Amino acid sequence: MVGAAVTLDVFRYRPEQSAEPSFQTYEIPYREDWVVLDALNYIKDHLDGSLAYRWSCRMGVCGSCGMMVNGTPRLTCSTFLREFYPRAVRVEPLANFPVARDLITVLDDFLEKLVRVRPWIVREGEQPLTGGEYRQTPGELDRYKQFSMCINCTLCYAACPIYALEPHFVGPAAIALAQRYNQDSRDEGGLARLRALSTPEGIWACTLVGECTTVCPTGVDPAGAIQQAKLAAALDWLRRVLVPWRNR
Amino acid sequence: MKLYRRPSEFAWWVTNRAYFLFVVRELTSVFIAGYGVVLLVLLQRLAAGPQTYAAYLRFLASPGMIFFHLVALAAALYHSVTWFRLAPQAMPVRLRGRRVPPPAIVAAGYAAWGAISLVVVWIVLRGPR
Repeated sequence: MVGAAVTLDVFRYRPEQSAEPSFQTYEIPYREDWVVLDALNYIKDHLDGSLAYRWSCRMGVCGSCGMMVNGTPRLTCSTFLREFYPRAVRVEPLANFPVARDLITVLDDFLEKLVRVRPWIVREGEQPLTGGEYRQTPGELDRYKQFSMCINCTLCYAACPIYALEPHFVGPAAIALAQRYNQDSRDEGGLARLRALSTPEGIWACTLVGECTTVCPTGVDPAGAIQQAKLAAALDWLRRVLVPWRNR
Repeated sequence: MKLYRRPSEFAWWVTNRAYFLFVVRELTSVFIAGYGVVLLVLLQRLAAGPQTYAAYLRFLASPGMIFFHLVALAAALYHSVTWFRLAPQAMPVRLRGRRVPPPAIVAAGYAAWGAISLVVVWIVLRGPR
């Protein structure tokens, strides 16, 4: 495969030059073991140092290098060029987020929503140190472990048509992380978290398109988390209607 | 910092196969609602007397109405199949601390559907007493 080349069409947005974005085409050597991020690094090192994008770990852990690759939200560090070769590869910033420059999106909206769901263990009171650790069985761990694999890469927000149409939607990753703590046996904030999310902008905005789960690189299944939260919220509502005297 | 906001696409649901199938699933509700209206009108005509009821039955036998019923049946089947397929995602079941495999939950859904359908068939075929 020596001498083979691949074409990358890369989204460029340079606000100091033009208010409108454009696509720039780069020809780079094709290597079978290169991922899209390797290609971008090649462009940055050898062809055009002005290209801006985020990346860090190169191994699917940090969640920084998410971009639209041929229209699909992907981690560019784990998307091989050979998946598309010899076709051209189109690289754009993640959909549904404002673009600051080239392939860099602004994530303020997601981070604000993430904090809103209180993604940490909430205790009504801490037990004294002499009480020892908060122990968990493997079964209790298994209840939330899947949701704890989220790396905040926001691919699910880029895949969600509801978030595109309704920007107030709290969104897949934030709700999956809320569910991660709701399912944790050490947490005591579940009911408050669930009631805060049981709103038109929260879980009820989701109509179960399911693309968040399809694109998730770590198998979190945010769509499942949202449906499970809907079920829990509906049961909570039913309990409050049927046995109002036991309300908390 | 001057941010660029991409314009939202009007025909977003044809840009991706999964979005398209999702919108089709949501649209099936229109036909199911239409079928509900037909049933309600049927009840109203039944209450109005045998002649009105017979006239309505003749209307239902017209090719257009038969076509509508076939489409509504296809819509109901598509909606049901996708519904059963999504059930394990929305309702993971645990027995003795272990996750029940998703295909078993789907199978249980179909089994319940079959059992309830059999009861309905029995009530209908039993006829008036």
